Amino acid sequence: MGALILQQIINALTVGSIYALIALGYTMVYGVLRLINFAHSELFTAGAFIGLALAGALGVAGHPTGGLLVGFITFVLIGLAGVSVEIVAYRPLRGTSRLAPMLSALGMAVVIQNAVMLIGGRRPLIYPSFLPSGVIDTFGAIITYKQITIFLVAVILMIGLELFVNRTNLGVRIRAVAENAETASLVGINPNMAISLIFFIGPGLGAVAGILYSSFYGVATFTMGFVIGMKAFTAAILGGIGSIPGAVLGGFLLGFIETFATAWMPVLTGGLIGTEYRDIFAFSVLVLILLFRPAGLLGEHVSEETMVYKSDF
Amino acid sequence: MESPARAAAPASGAAAPRKLWPGALAMLAVPVLLLIFGPHLPSYPLRILDMILLYAVLGLGLNIIVGYAGLLDLGYVAFYAIGAYSWALLASGQFDIHLPFALVLLIGASLAGLAGILLGIPVLRLRGDYLAIVTLGFGEIIRVLMNNLDRVTNGPQGIARIDEAHLFGWTLSTPDDFLYLLVAMLVVVFLFVWRIQESALGTALSAVREDQDAARGCGINTTRVKLVAFAFSAFIGGGCGVVFAAMQRFVSPESFTFWESLVIVLVIVVGGLGNPFGALLGATLLILLPELLRAYADYRLLFYGMALVVIILARPRGLISRQYGPSWLMRRLGGGKC
Repeated sequence: MGALILQQIINALTVGSIYALIALGYTMVYGVLRLINFAHSELFTAGAFIGLALAGALGVAGHPTGGLLVGFITFVLIGLAGVSVEIVAYRPLRGTSRLAPMLSALGMAVVIQNAVMLIGGRRPLIYPSFLPSGVIDTFGAIITYKQITIFLVAVILMIGLELFVNRTNLGVRIRAVAENAETASLVGINPNMAISLIFFIGPGLGAVAGILYSSFYGVATFTMGFVIGMKAFTAAILGGIGSIPGAVLGGFLLGFIETFATAWMPVLTGGLIGTEYRDIFAFSVLVLILLFRPAGLLGEHVSEETMVYKSDF
Repeated sequence: MESPARAAAPASGAAAPRKLWPGALAMLAVPVLLLIFGPHLPSYPLRILDMILLYAVLGLGLNIIVGYAGLLDLGYVAFYAIGAYSWALLASGQFDIHLPFALVLLIGASLAGLAGILLGIPVLRLRGDYLAIVTLGFGEIIRVLMNNLDRVTNGPQGIARIDEAHLFGWTLSTPDDFLYLLVAMLVVVFLFVWRIQESALGTALSAVREDQDAARGCGINTTRVKLVAFAFSAFIGGGCGVVFAAMQRFVSPESFTFWESLVIVLVIVVGGLGNPFGALLGATLLILLPELLRAYADYRLLFYGMALVVIILARPRGLISRQYGPSWLMRRLGGGKC
């Protein structure tokens, strides 16, 4: 029993790390632009595929140190892709309406997903693991090195982001723009620069999450972004949309809720609610959170006036 | 530009005598032409025409929530699915129930309307993006349920061998049978939606959209108004679902993904939000576009996505503005002061 629970905690931390990394991209964009960046989940997929292509090109499949290099290059490439998406599809629509950029984001999601499909193919691809293999047996629970690596990589990236946002000049600018873009521009901060930076970091982190995810499950498909993206977005709301620590907390929390609900619901309900309802748990949590605490766990209250759709949208 | 409140106000215009027939004739021309020329089309374009009409009706229905009340519903497909499964379950060998089409049309639409109210009661406290996300979650939950309630819905395999629909002794089986049905539905729903827009309810909805607190201050029961909008919208979505299931004679959860909800949202946003003509134009474009791109096979969706982005970049507020709706056409063609 104890071993089982320990095992589930470990699994939850693994999934949670990945959710949290992706959720960061959603939350940062939403915090500044009040935009649900639907293209984010597809950049996550694109990241996994680029990682795969790089592994082949550099001949480093299966090497953890090579994985570091691949992860770095992918971060930069997908970051640049994120910046381009913003400049092409969102920036011209800024200030027009709230719905237009969101639908433009959906269009971009379709474009990216199909570009990935055209290059990578429709079939699921076997993914070389960039993570070290091996297991540790603790109190009957199996911890793989893969899981430890995923957790460590995620935590290091999150600490890095936290330091960047709070301790560097650029980070202060980002926060200033997130707080109030107009006021920030009054004191000489270029909001476009801060927004581009956000669209570099968010998708970059998502791309690394894509590599970790595919390495862990050993497979990559061009459609895998959608559900994962929805869950990561749920995590971002759970923690409080716009809040960076919130996204991390939300990611891990969602990992725990999902893992434990999937494991225990069939037992508690006598098999009536089976593991196939896994995806429902995430959405039910989302609905409940929004109904009872729309600001999320760590989020500041977002004025609803900033997120409604009036006639000019 | 006209203010939205002005555009939404009843087109009373008692100042000058105005002829109604020119506008009415112009609008009637569309269904009449469809009925005259539609049945002569070959089977493939006829099917596409049917799909365009179906999405136009769906768009008109969704417009009540999104366009008039300003509540973004990203899970509209759930109501559509409820309607479709009503016909699939109540007129097939699944449970060996074989109810008549007209009855199921009513049942399916009402069930969907009821679901709209049941969903609306808890979630209408939310607004904006939060509401959008909750409705998206609702849509996904309905789809996962259909996928997993194997004993009822037959799971991912879906339900095949659904009965042929009969309406008052008239068999609905070929695409042109459905053309007549869909044109009739389009006319009814169009008139209904347009009259809602011009009614006190429509005015209340636009007040809620523009400034909920002020609307409440004016004595509008905002919750009730939104619930009514949700119920009407869901009712129409459910009706479309029944027709869809009767047309395909096969339903499976795959037809009711998030993507489907998005297409319907895109129909009204690309066409022009809150404008019944916009829904028609949007449906035509969004259904026709992928068909025209069919020759590009694998590149089809890539181009489709690009086209979407380009259209939205070019006309972020849709192709037809809100104010150029049916009432505008009536005024324009009817002469007189307005």
